Amino acid sequence: MSEIDNNTVLKVARLSRLRTSEAEAAKIAPELNGILTWVEQLGEVNTDNVEPLPSPVDITLHQREDIVNDGDCQEDVLANAYETLEGFYVVPKVVE
Amino acid sequence: MTSLTHLTIADALKGLENKEFSSVELTQAHIDAMADAKHLNAFIVETPEHALEQAAASDKKRAAGNAGLLEGIPLAIKDLFCTKGIQTTASSKMLEGFVPTYESTVSGNLLADGAITLGKTALDEFAMGSANTTSYFGNVVNPWKNANRPDVDLVPGGSSGGSAAAVAARIAMGATGTDTGGSIRQPASFCGISGIKPTYGRCSRWGVIAFASSLDQAGPMARTIEDCSIMLRSMAGYDPKDSTSANREVPDYAATLGGDIKGLRVGIPKEYRIDGISEEIDTLWQQGIEWMKDAGAEIVDISLPHTKYALPVYYIIAPAEASSNLARYDGVRYGLRVTEDGDNLIDMYEKTRAEGFGDEVKRRIMIGTYVLSAGYYDAYYLKAQKIRRLISQDFKNAYEKCDVILTPTAPSEAFAIGENEEDPLTMYLNDVFTVSINLAGLPGLSIPAGLSKNGLPLGLQLVGRSWDEATLLRAGHHIEKAANFSSMPSFYTEKAA
Repeated sequence: MSEIDNNTVLKVARLSRLRTSEAEAAKIAPELNGILTWVEQLGEVNTDNVEPLPSPVDITLHQREDIVNDGDCQEDVLANAYETLEGFYVVPKVVE
Repeated sequence: MTSLTHLTIADALKGLENKEFSSVELTQAHIDAMADAKHLNAFIVETPEHALEQAAASDKKRAAGNAGLLEGIPLAIKDLFCTKGIQTTASSKMLEGFVPTYESTVSGNLLADGAITLGKTALDEFAMGSANTTSYFGNVVNPWKNANRPDVDLVPGGSSGGSAAAVAARIAMGATGTDTGGSIRQPASFCGISGIKPTYGRCSRWGVIAFASSLDQAGPMARTIEDCSIMLRSMAGYDPKDSTSANREVPDYAATLGGDIKGLRVGIPKEYRIDGISEEIDTLWQQGIEWMKDAGAEIVDISLPHTKYALPVYYIIAPAEASSNLARYDGVRYGLRVTEDGDNLIDMYEKTRAEGFGDEVKRRIMIGTYVLSAGYYDAYYLKAQKIRRLISQDFKNAYEKCDVILTPTAPSEAFAIGENEEDPLTMYLNDVFTVSINLAGLPGLSIPAGLSKNGLPLGLQLVGRSWDEATLLRAGHHIEKAANFSSMPSFYTEKAA
């Protein structure tokens, strides 16, 4: 599989929304390569006709009545926000 | 009378019931112990006043004849459980100052049963680590010392290292932990206490800060199997707020501990005899096999052929789930926000996350993002999920021949703070005996079984069938009795000297 170079690190960092400098990317690249090279041993396992296992136990997801059973807790929801205004979260300007 | 902080939970409950002491006295003794042990850095937040208020209320409740399962028992809560009105950080700068407006189901269950909260214990940041060296709030120090290097501070293991240190140092009678790849069992082994990771779905994940949702499971850490059993009964149970919570009856685990294990089939997996583990751990494992035989169990050789792939599978699946779970930390609704004049929304996200997360968390987010990205999803993530099924199938096959599986808990004793940091992979190997159990969703128990040549605790692990914690605890109780582990951490022997 492909070697992770600094540009790949910068691309992954962007997808991850982690501001990363070129110098940091150069430090991270060999660490990620080390881990990904190590996991490549999984290639030796034959997984033909094996279904992926997303969850360890067979639980049928339970369903509830489709009724509103939560809410009326605006203060709680906003209690830990950095900035709020009139019951809303405030973020930097999105639309010019 | 034994010092109050040295009692087991079971004995303290009897003492409270017999009016030998009050919960206020019991709680005050632990608050004093907490003050004496500040250098361990086991707690991020200590809540002594709150604990004493709870204890006073608890004494009234008991006097009125309404004592709960853990009435008046002072516990520590891992700082991954949201606690109403008490800061909850996951040991991350990202959540410094975050005060939940709700209580996690598990900690709420403990409170409803009368438990007292001493404070919030430190962990590896977002539970990602095996040494408690990635916490934003500093390293936790193991109360045990290596007899041949007594001046060196050791790690308590991780990620539930603060909980393990607090219980071992007799600051808390028990503590909550969480275990995604070994985070209850490995620190329990390093600190000479017991800890159980229940079957996935046994304890609600609601209100527990998510790391890898298909692997995360809460469980108790305490000094005896009986204490773990009492706590687990309180913590476990169906919760409609967790979509993978199991709607199953929770047995009275402590009540079944006395039973014998004659004829119990104990599996010994040959793949766990790996290179590089010390001879003394192998010897201890052999000793555990003898103890099981002495108790009337039958030893069965088993094979778990995909064992060697468990760690690499884990280091694809756990980061993948983490990268998705940790997307929520965006500086908008809670936690840190880093922004400068003129920044747009993306700048804010990127700067906030770069500053709020530590190196190990960022590394795992990036690995997770990479293995989930277009072009790599099938080769890494789906491949790992397929091998996860093979690992799970290995256990199903093994349980046709045996009832429980006995292995060492960790490949080493507690190491010095700063060791095993040169390369992320070295640290990951700490979980070599524990991760496959999370991948298969099985219950796993660590029991302190002996001391190394350096005078440090070593644990043995028992792995059970899904939902069969009762057999696991019963078998573990026999190892506990045979091992008769009564050594005290150096923290105490030094003070006595």
